[in-house]
Amino acid sequence: MSEKIYGQSRVDGITVLLYLLLVFCGFLAIYSSSHGSDNFSFDFSTKYGKQLIWIVISITLGAVLFLMDVRFFEAFSYAFFIAWMLLLFLVIFFGKEVNGARSWFAIGSFRLQPAEFAKLGVALALSRYVSDIDTDMKSLRYQLITAGIILLPIALIVLQGDAGSGLVFFSFIMVLYREGLSGTILVIGIIAVILSVLTFAFGFIAIVAALIILGGIITAFIYTNSRQLKIFWLVILACVGFTKAVDFGFSNVLQEHQQKRILVMLGLLEDPQGLGYNVNQSKIAIGSGGFWGKGYLQGTQTKGDFVPEQHTDFIFTSIGEEFGWIGSTVVIIIFVLLFLRISMLAERQRSKYSRVYAYCVLSVLFFHFLINIAMTINLAPVIGIPLPFFSYGGSSLISFTVLLFLLLRLDTNRENELDSDY
Amino acid sequence: MTHNQNRSTIIRFAIVVFALILISKLFYLQVLSDKYAEKSARLSIRDVIEFPDRGLITDRNGEIIVFNEDAHDLVVHFPFNKKEFEMDDFCRLVQMTPEEVTEKLKKARATRFNQKGLFIKNISTQDFARIQEGLFKFPQFDMESRSDRKYKHNIAAHTLGYVAEISRYELERDDEEYYDIGENIGKSGLERYYESLLRGQKGKQYFLKDNTGKLKEQYNDGADDTKAVVGTELKVSLDVLIQEYGEKLIAGKTGSIVAIEPATGEILAMVTSPGYKPDMFAIKNLGKNYSKLATDPSKPLINRATTSMYPPGSTFKVVMSLIGLQEGAITPNTRYSCNGGFHIGGLTVRCHGHAPRPNVGYAIQTSCNAFYCNTYREILHQDRFENIEEGYNNWKSYLNRMGLGDKLGTDISGEKPGNVPNANYFHKIHGQNKWNYVRIISMSIGQGELLLTPMQMANISAMVANRGYFYTPHFIRSDNVPEAFTTKHEVGIDDIHFTTVVNGMRNVLTNGTGAYVQIPGIDICGKTGTVQNPHGENHSIFIAFAPKDNPKIAIATVVENAGYGSTWAAPICTLMIEKYINRDTVSQRPELEKKMMETEIPIQ
Repeated sequence: MSEKIYGQSRVDGITVLLYLLLVFCGFLAIYSSSHGSDNFSFDFSTKYGKQLIWIVISITLGAVLFLMDVRFFEAFSYAFFIAWMLLLFLVIFFGKEVNGARSWFAIGSFRLQPAEFAKLGVALALSRYVSDIDTDMKSLRYQLITAGIILLPIALIVLQGDAGSGLVFFSFIMVLYREGLSGTILVIGIIAVILSVLTFAFGFIAIVAALIILGGIITAFIYTNSRQLKIFWLVILACVGFTKAVDFGFSNVLQEHQQKRILVMLGLLEDPQGLGYNVNQSKIAIGSGGFWGKGYLQGTQTKGDFVPEQHTDFIFTSIGEEFGWIGSTVVIIIFVLLFLRISMLAERQRSKYSRVYAYCVLSVLFFHFLINIAMTINLAPVIGIPLPFFSYGGSSLISFTVLLFLLLRLDTNRENELDSDY
Repeated sequence: MTHNQNRSTIIRFAIVVFALILISKLFYLQVLSDKYAEKSARLSIRDVIEFPDRGLITDRNGEIIVFNEDAHDLVVHFPFNKKEFEMDDFCRLVQMTPEEVTEKLKKARATRFNQKGLFIKNISTQDFARIQEGLFKFPQFDMESRSDRKYKHNIAAHTLGYVAEISRYELERDDEEYYDIGENIGKSGLERYYESLLRGQKGKQYFLKDNTGKLKEQYNDGADDTKAVVGTELKVSLDVLIQEYGEKLIAGKTGSIVAIEPATGEILAMVTSPGYKPDMFAIKNLGKNYSKLATDPSKPLINRATTSMYPPGSTFKVVMSLIGLQEGAITPNTRYSCNGGFHIGGLTVRCHGHAPRPNVGYAIQTSCNAFYCNTYREILHQDRFENIEEGYNNWKSYLNRMGLGDKLGTDISGEKPGNVPNANYFHKIHGQNKWNYVRIISMSIGQGELLLTPMQMANISAMVANRGYFYTPHFIRSDNVPEAFTTKHEVGIDDIHFTTVVNGMRNVLTNGTGAYVQIPGIDICGKTGTVQNPHGENHSIFIAFAPKDNPKIAIATVVENAGYGSTWAAPICTLMIEKYINRDTVSQRPELEKKMMETEIPIQ
């Protein structure tokens, strides 16, 4: 490690610009969805007023990061992780219950969602552990600890009753993939997801029958030696076992409303007034936007508060309705540019810690982006996770901002870092 | 290293692919599919309809007959959000039980149109004020105001017609898609015929509503809104004075009176009895009266003036005289003997006592049957005709030109054509051209197959009054009278022949069959008719016009089962004429007037 702390590079202006663009668009959307009229006025007690305060606080905090010693974060990575895990644990007992989930600390009117900040803790810990020079990536110990860093917060958040937020942590698989996780595991993962979906759709018995018929056809018509055949049938057996596990998990572990959400999302259950209500309203708002949109502050569904949770999880509907396909596409393109820029920043880091951290940022932001927008257009189940930089709420805006700005802070320091590539 | 850097490319590629999936799905939802825009409009935009006042109906002297009063409906908008609905408060407001409210909601939902259902129709004025005041708590409900008809003169129900809720059938035929379920439309009479003038144009305002159904603001700054246009005032030719008088005269009897201004074809009065008062069919009264009147065995809903068909009887002799003279079949000096009737072979058409060998003038005056049996023969069997069909068709063509055997085309719906059979009808009965005037002799004295409506009889009278032409009888008197009503219909009979016939008709009143009803000071010309009726007592018929020169009014009256034309129809006609010409002065024949008004003749 170098001591040349004054030899810093400039802050990456493109990232900052893209960030500010997204925050600005987000504010416009929140103003529209919580203002409810097409006459301009401003009031700090409203949601858009509060969001403006959060934006100022977030940018200030982001700037403060540049005053801090960059090594501070690396050094205290585990401490951060442990601290947030502790908060995640405590919120289970002392949290305020909102929508059936105990995931908020409430102190007076101030509310804090530790799960939002836990992403930062996991990102730091994962970066620190994966980049540790002593770590042997092939060892079982490495694999278990890595899995542990990711699975611990998931377990705690699921215990809070907020399974959706827990899913976010699976996005760190992208980081592990970049750092050498076997492609086979990913393929197995994808097969597992497909098998699961088919099981929800057709049931355990049908899938087992299909697998056996498939196996029979392959055995009968395609020549293989007996050893390959044996392995093939072991795979089939594994699939059957997995299917049974999924089936059991689906009907015995998941709660009924979660089962329904999955079924509604997969199109196996029509429910426009119940669970599908939000998605239906969301699709109507977005779909009615047309090519050009209805015009800013002219969205009939936005003004009429038809989309539940529009200012938080469904903020994208406001963009879709008022700015149409053009506006939605522009927002998606800005996000994609940001992701590609982060990926580029990641690859130019000389320190493995910084690179891993950059991919952590990318994976978290991308997962939120993908699932959130997909959920508003019924491509993903309704899991309550915010759209980064858009959704109303201080916890998420501050945590996403800090997550991103910490990367920028590390990036300014890249010239001072030892080239840790091997 | 190289291996893992490839992975960054894969990650970037995956990000772009996922983003493209999102953009594609958005393209499908927003650009390719119309479904969501429609759903959005249904959910968030509500149209508020402004109903214009329906046009007034005024008589020929500017007297208002029909005007409007406000009626109020409570409507409910769907989809209905039960969670936000305070049932108890609402029940108190509308003074119903929760069960009744649920039932009404269900019904409103089943009949909803444009997401709007009728909850309570025709709320009284007191209830309106109370409900309106508490309605702000129930944004799903709205008060809509409409006009109901009110009658300054409670007369001429059949002519005016009525207004009521549009039927499913009418909605289906509403090609311009103007009406919604629950709206009103003219159902009969002038209200129906002039619906598009009277109704005006309803206005529509579009408002944004929120998820609770509350109206928020104008949609699109009102750019799509339309203003309501008040209905046009309908000036009609009726004269309230004689319409009202006619209804009193014929009350208690069955029949009708039609009076026309000959110079214009404007209908001055159209009375039918038994009838009803138009306010019985105002929207608020319609429900309790309609089925009662519709099932009444005396059939008060039938407009006898245009839909009942009667043999014209002896009044038809006026027409026969004109055709005979025009055809040269007779001259004013032609005389036929009458020995108590017309005898040919075994057939006798009986006649009543009068001086022998009448000419045409005297035949009209005394209503000689034999004269017209002979005249008919001369008309049908002229040398220039090769067969009976030619002769018959020639005769029939005069009738058709006079508007007989065909609908006149009056501006009131449901008019009947009467009956003038064509030659084929007789060919079928008697064989091709194997018949002659004897077979159809009863038509020569206005009986047999020949049937006319009272409107057609009045039109004959108007045609004679005009000495040879008529205008299609009509009610409209506004500035733009349709061309159909301003076209002169010449009937093809020369002026000169009318002198003979009109003099005969004048003599009917001075010393003929109608001498009993003449009025000093008014030269009335008329003709009685007494129609044999196989179902009971004879129908009493009279046609007349007055004054003889420059006639102001032509009239026909039919009183069913009343006996001689001179006893009932003639007095009524002449009283009407007297009233129309002398206006407010008291009748010179109070006894006769009293007898007409007070006598009831039961329907047979």
